[in-house]
Amino acid sequence: MFLLNLILILLVGGAIAWWSERFGKHVPKMAALAIVLLDLAYLLIHLNQVSAEQFSIVPTAADAASWLFAYKTAWIPRFGISVELAMDGLSLILVLLTLVLGAIAIISSWNESNDRQGFFQANILWTLAGVIGVFLAVDLFLFFLFWEVMLVPMYLLIAIWGHEGKAYASMKFFIFTQLSGLLMLLAILVLAKLHHTATGVYSFSYFDLLGTPMDGKIAYWLMLGFFIAFVVKLPGFPFHTWLPDAHTQAPTAGSVILAGILLKTGAYGLIRFTVPLFPAAAMEFAPIAMFLGVAGIIYGAVLAFAQSDFKRLVAYSSVSHMGFVLLGVFAWNSLALQGAVMQMVAHGFSTAALFMIAGALQQRLHTRNMDEMGGLWHNMPRMGAVALFFALASLGLPGLGNFVAEFLVLVGLFKVNPWMTAVAALGLITAAIYSLIMMQKAFYGRPSAHLERANLKLNDFGSLEMTAMAVMIVGLIWLGLYPQPVFDLVQPVLDSLYLQTSIFDSTSAVGEFMGGAK
Amino acid sequence: MELSFMSGSQAMLAPLILSCAALIIMMQIAFWRNASLSWMLSIATLLLAMLALSPMSDLAPLIVTPILVSDQYSIFYSLLILFSTFVIALLAKDYLLERSGENEEFYLLLILAALGGLILVSATHLASFLLGLELLGVALYALIAYPERGHLPLEAAIKYLVLSGAASAILLFGFALIYAALGTLSFAGIGAALAANTAADTQLIILMGTAMIFTGLGFKLSLVPFHMWTPDVYQGAPAPVTGFLATVSKGAIFAGLLRFYVDAQLYQYQGLMLALSMVAIASMLAGNLLALQQTNLKRLLAYSSIAHMGYLLIILVVCGALNEVNLAIESASFYLAAYIATSLAAFAVLTIISQHQETEELDDISGLFWRQPLLALSLTIAMLSLAGIPLTAGFIGKFYIFTAGIQGALWVLLTALVIGSGIGIYYYLRVIFAMTKNRPTDKTISSFPSKLSPVGKFVVCLLVLLMLYLGVLPQATMEYLGGLLV
Repeated sequence: MFLLNLILILLVGGAIAWWSERFGKHVPKMAALAIVLLDLAYLLIHLNQVSAEQFSIVPTAADAASWLFAYKTAWIPRFGISVELAMDGLSLILVLLTLVLGAIAIISSWNESNDRQGFFQANILWTLAGVIGVFLAVDLFLFFLFWEVMLVPMYLLIAIWGHEGKAYASMKFFIFTQLSGLLMLLAILVLAKLHHTATGVYSFSYFDLLGTPMDGKIAYWLMLGFFIAFVVKLPGFPFHTWLPDAHTQAPTAGSVILAGILLKTGAYGLIRFTVPLFPAAAMEFAPIAMFLGVAGIIYGAVLAFAQSDFKRLVAYSSVSHMGFVLLGVFAWNSLALQGAVMQMVAHGFSTAALFMIAGALQQRLHTRNMDEMGGLWHNMPRMGAVALFFALASLGLPGLGNFVAEFLVLVGLFKVNPWMTAVAALGLITAAIYSLIMMQKAFYGRPSAHLERANLKLNDFGSLEMTAMAVMIVGLIWLGLYPQPVFDLVQPVLDSLYLQTSIFDSTSAVGEFMGGAK
Repeated sequence: MELSFMSGSQAMLAPLILSCAALIIMMQIAFWRNASLSWMLSIATLLLAMLALSPMSDLAPLIVTPILVSDQYSIFYSLLILFSTFVIALLAKDYLLERSGENEEFYLLLILAALGGLILVSATHLASFLLGLELLGVALYALIAYPERGHLPLEAAIKYLVLSGAASAILLFGFALIYAALGTLSFAGIGAALAANTAADTQLIILMGTAMIFTGLGFKLSLVPFHMWTPDVYQGAPAPVTGFLATVSKGAIFAGLLRFYVDAQLYQYQGLMLALSMVAIASMLAGNLLALQQTNLKRLLAYSSIAHMGYLLIILVVCGALNEVNLAIESASFYLAAYIATSLAAFAVLTIISQHQETEELDDISGLFWRQPLLALSLTIAMLSLAGIPLTAGFIGKFYIFTAGIQGALWVLLTALVIGSGIGIYYYLRVIFAMTKNRPTDKTISSFPSKLSPVGKFVVCLLVLLMLYLGVLPQATMEYLGGLLV
């Protein structure tokens, strides 16, 4: 029940936040923040009860007790569908990330005077509920359900509270994800049918469907169905075109959730479903996937450099950074996979923070155009310093989480394909260029003519925003200096992938590698 | 069970109740014109008929005459028809109140049309099939033209009359050809004769006959390329009647067709399968593509219904591919139930907001979210259900079609389904987006009813719950539908 409650608290909490609007304009955001923190506390209390050894047990399909938490109850027995949730180290990290960034997202729009606060906060909480559902569901039907359902509140966030081009952006976002989701649904159903043909039982359970016997060609098609759905969400080149529009037009909290959390559902799907369900097909496909990853890194970086819109720049940098995740997953060894997971967390923090800054700038300057900014450090030193920190994190400064992540991916990849590694490494250089250009244009130099004319009142970050920023700064430094706890948490999960697919190269466990480096 | 007068009457209780009620309402109108009384009589009739389904199902299956049967299948569809008519009748009262003219006959026609539907879903013989179809159709002509004002309803009614009449004529010709070749008109008889028939010279006649029957029904179900009338009639008819046309009429005709198709084992003809596949693909793609540019909600829903009928046709093709009908009947029945619940919700909202004046342009509903949250919420859920988003009835329906299509390995049709659904999202979202706009136009301010009537509130809540029930807890319905025709 614990896992289900985790989702239900947010779902019901959304309704409460909406309803609480009647007590005043500012009540919903407090209610929403309280609910997210309550959910976080609820998770931490239960984690506390799990013994330390439990975290190092390799989760297997046969034994629900080998997972940190598991929950199952029949839902639609007609087709063998159940409400089946389970949590291992990987889902735990992502759920924690979701809740922390969820709280930060609520804080990020604290001072924005949005209309209809109640419904706004409700949509944020419902999106979070959907995302957590995605991370916990191990019944494929249920997974698909959360995958689709989290779109609706996100769509409303962009469509109602977005900026000038919201109609186009929200529509594009929804159609891209929904259409690719239909391909995944088709693949899920074919997989379930194959399982039914082989065993005579309908089931959508991840554990039952693992190792379903199938023809190599069919496996390839099914793998593509899953792959496309996840890569659209990631987003990987060439399916990324919805992302700059959606990120740019979304309200600040929407961008933070979208970049920080929603993109990670795609990466999570690749690791949890695409590779374990179709190992041979994924192996065969790996070179193409890696090529797409490298292409995304370079293409995203080049386009980020060409932007003058602050939010659009950060959005394209996401395309570039998420390319590393795609590389890490398909480089096919646990070193690179550890890097991919680390990138998911580190990128979640750094991009969420940059979008928060972008939102704050837009609120104060009424523009996102960096050509109309300049010299902002002078008026807003705290914001400038914070922006500098996250720009450095984003460009991969050693000592911060993003560096560890990208470095691990590159090291893992080098054994597989040195040439691709060389090209992907260019991404680190290009990241430095666009990140510093961003700082240069917005915060350094002299104020632009536009700013001088406008004569705006520029408030620096307040204590609430600084607290949120501090959480992310501490998180990134911690990930950069002492990433071992994350590795330890994820390693059993990667080992279980190894058990299921029997083709992982387990000799290069990160523990040894990092041990050597210590 | 032995057929006696008593058991026969009990097995046909609901149609009998409707027939008597039609007479009573007619007498009431002749002696004392009172719209409220007619309304109450028709509501009571429909409730009574729904209750009567329970004793009917105790006797099922029972062959009542050579042309009618009462089984779980007919009872399920009767429930759908009666429930939809009930909802339409509830909503029609406030809608008609604002319009001039004498409204008593509206309810009489509604009851007659529902009776036609009940006969259609109980028919096991082409004669009763035609009887039900025409009873439904003729009542609909009058219903579409019911409000006297304006030329649109009249245009719609004449269009529907002419095209539907032509379709019926083609249908009849098809029946005649089948009879000429096989010498029987009962569904099962046709199936047996078809299986036994090997004479080469009659094959062409049978083929022609079947093609004409499907053409005629294709008109009524508005499948491409026989769909031209749909948007105009949807737009011209008064909102509650459009709702009736979209739910009762299409549902009953499809149910009758499905029984004919299954009993006569038409799915064994490869040529027919090919033709149905092409019509299905054309309907899915054309329906969705043509809906993209619509700014009128009724026209948009008309094109969407074309697409949805195309989705349903996939299930007919699955029968042929699998040579098995149980999954198909379960899937089709669930899909229709989901589609009817969803369409009813959409048209209920349309009827309520059109109470004072027709409100059906997308611009007219802008800001509905903030002015009438309940109505906007139910229209949103209806649109999501039509688009097939999880947790709504429409998703489980689509899940069924996907499952059936995969069982039959119909990859081309499934591809068309994916593409069609992808296009569909665009216009369903446009409706939702229109409602979320901040600034209401002048018209929205003037035309929205400031307060929902309790009846309207009840109906909308009921339909929202129904859509969510079918979407979230479908197990009970699935089990029931699995045992429909065994």
